[in-house]
Amino acid sequence: MSRIENCFKQLKSQDKKAFIPYLTAGDPNLNTSLNLMHALVKAGADIIELGFPFSDPSSDGPVIQWAVERSLAQHTTLKDVLTLVKDFRKEDQNTPVVLMGYLNPIECMGYQRFAEDAEEAGVDGVLVVDMPPEESQELLQVIHRSKLDCIFLVAPTTNESRAKQICELSSGYVYYVSLKGVTGASHLDIDSVRINANRLKSYCELPIGIGFGIKDAETATKLGELADAIVVGSALVNLIAELEDKHEYSREELFEHISLMADMRTALDDN
Amino acid sequence: MSELINDQLYDGPDEHGHFGVYGGIFVGETLMPALDELNRVYAKLKQDKAFWEEFHNDLAHYVGRPSPLYHAKGMTKALGGAQIYLKREDLNHTGAHKVNNTIGQALLAKAMGKTRIIAETGAGQHGVATATVAARLGLECHVFMGSEDTKRQAANVYRMKLLGATVVEVDSGSKTLKDAMNEAMRDWATNVDTTYYIIGTVAGPHPYPMLVRDFQSVIGQETKQQSLEQCGRLPDSLVACVGGGSNAIGLFYPFLKDEAVKMIGVEAGGLGLDTGKHAAPLNTGAPGVLHGNRTYLMNDDDGQILETHSVSAGLDYPGVGPEHSWLKDIKRAEYTAVTDAEALDAFRFLTSHEGIIPALESSHAIAYAIKTAPELPEDHLMVINLSGRGDKDMHTIAEIDGINV
Repeated sequence: MSRIENCFKQLKSQDKKAFIPYLTAGDPNLNTSLNLMHALVKAGADIIELGFPFSDPSSDGPVIQWAVERSLAQHTTLKDVLTLVKDFRKEDQNTPVVLMGYLNPIECMGYQRFAEDAEEAGVDGVLVVDMPPEESQELLQVIHRSKLDCIFLVAPTTNESRAKQICELSSGYVYYVSLKGVTGASHLDIDSVRINANRLKSYCELPIGIGFGIKDAETATKLGELADAIVVGSALVNLIAELEDKHEYSREELFEHISLMADMRTALDDN
Repeated sequence: MSELINDQLYDGPDEHGHFGVYGGIFVGETLMPALDELNRVYAKLKQDKAFWEEFHNDLAHYVGRPSPLYHAKGMTKALGGAQIYLKREDLNHTGAHKVNNTIGQALLAKAMGKTRIIAETGAGQHGVATATVAARLGLECHVFMGSEDTKRQAANVYRMKLLGATVVEVDSGSKTLKDAMNEAMRDWATNVDTTYYIIGTVAGPHPYPMLVRDFQSVIGQETKQQSLEQCGRLPDSLVACVGGGSNAIGLFYPFLKDEAVKMIGVEAGGLGLDTGKHAAPLNTGAPGVLHGNRTYLMNDDDGQILETHSVSAGLDYPGVGPEHSWLKDIKRAEYTAVTDAEALDAFRFLTSHEGIIPALESSHAIAYAIKTAPELPEDHLMVINLSGRGDKDMHTIAEIDGINV
């Protein structure tokens, strides 16, 4: 059983939802990212989505674009991000880590080497934002030979027959994009998310995570009711944006700084 | 070349938008259904005689086509070699070949019932051509343009505003065409129900490279007919500048099966290919994925897209249309580059020898002819796509001359 599958199984037995924060690796630097990952686990993260930077993040809103620019200003590479996961695994062998980003850095590294190195580093899943199922065969072949899960997106625009195919191709969980738009948008319509999430649940055998536009504990509670997991990106990245790249932060300091994450976790559980 | 390749060339891309290993659809899931819809609507209209009649009627009476194929005797004489013919896309309404595509895509938008148009632009020519068709059809129009480009193409920004478009300055990344395209894709994902995205070149996710090529191939179709009428035969070589590559593919495509016709695409060599400061992915890059398709790109060892440089904003792009990548690999077309300095010399050369002020983009194709035509025999027919006129570049040239206009 993969670490992701196991995580959802455990949570289900406790009747809990998964809390999945997203951060961009290398923002503001790799050392702080490592401490942030541990602080996030302490704040109640069940799975961490770790963004690897790409210069042209055309599915992301300004908050994550700026995070990527800060990370690239530090010359963070995909290889560095794999090393970061390796360092994280020295202390944490339980929390699944999902790499999230765009295809070109993976193409440049080579699919085979990427899958091998990611698995060896302790990565559990991969989500490639600009790789729809139609273009995924080659990478999937390689991933299926590894222990990695491959997570795909379902959007509000996706029709049912297409969504079914996506659920079949995915492993680990399926990521439901809660709105038409980019990450960090603010026009979330909970009623329409409810309708679409319920429909998706009726035929998707995998756990469903909902993301895009979850900014506060209240929204986390509402969307948590509709799915197996919530993904919080821009709200966390906004807090990370306040950190300075030159400063060394202790895990305690970072835990305090991102207290919104612990609040969201609590709100999700109180539900 | 085998017949198989010839058939693939003629029929390309495949149903998933692949030209060999290039092209395809690489976008976030939100946009997939919109691209599927566009693909279905276009596949239907492509077979619809009335659609093409309307397209060609607009091209004739609104754009002013056919554009002339002009025997540039002054230039030919000065170079003393090949006979130079200029395909005069500069004479089109709005001053460049870009309008051929926006006329066609506006008809698609209308057929799909979209009320809002968006576009990205580099030099501003595609932005102007989009704002023009939007004004004509009474559609809301937003044009995304890098803040570097709004500075160097201020006149075109003003033209778009006069035409009623909202020009959105893009301040992220390198603040040029690629960033404008990122922003347009973000807008499209957000407003996908109401909005039609008019991509300005033969790049982007399928079906854009195909449909933009189809609309632009009027250039090559006319050239073929005009060459037969005026010279009694097909040209020996075709020359066009390549940024995204829409004017080049427009000229090349109808000649792909005419194997004797040589095709040369000219990329922006900037300060020189060895300086890294250029925009010549086909000459120096490697295949990768950007803006919805797999193609030759300029990126670093980690797959990060490099900032490009060209004196011409319209060529300042790190990728290229996937069909060009394919034509390069199968060696049906060859791709070379000329520097900023060579393009600027060519700009002045054509202006003084022919009384035609070319766009800086098109000046790259002229520069290639200046370099190679003297070595060719006098019966060699060379057609250069004069893709746009230079009015928009007056400020850039004047600044180089130290003149404030």
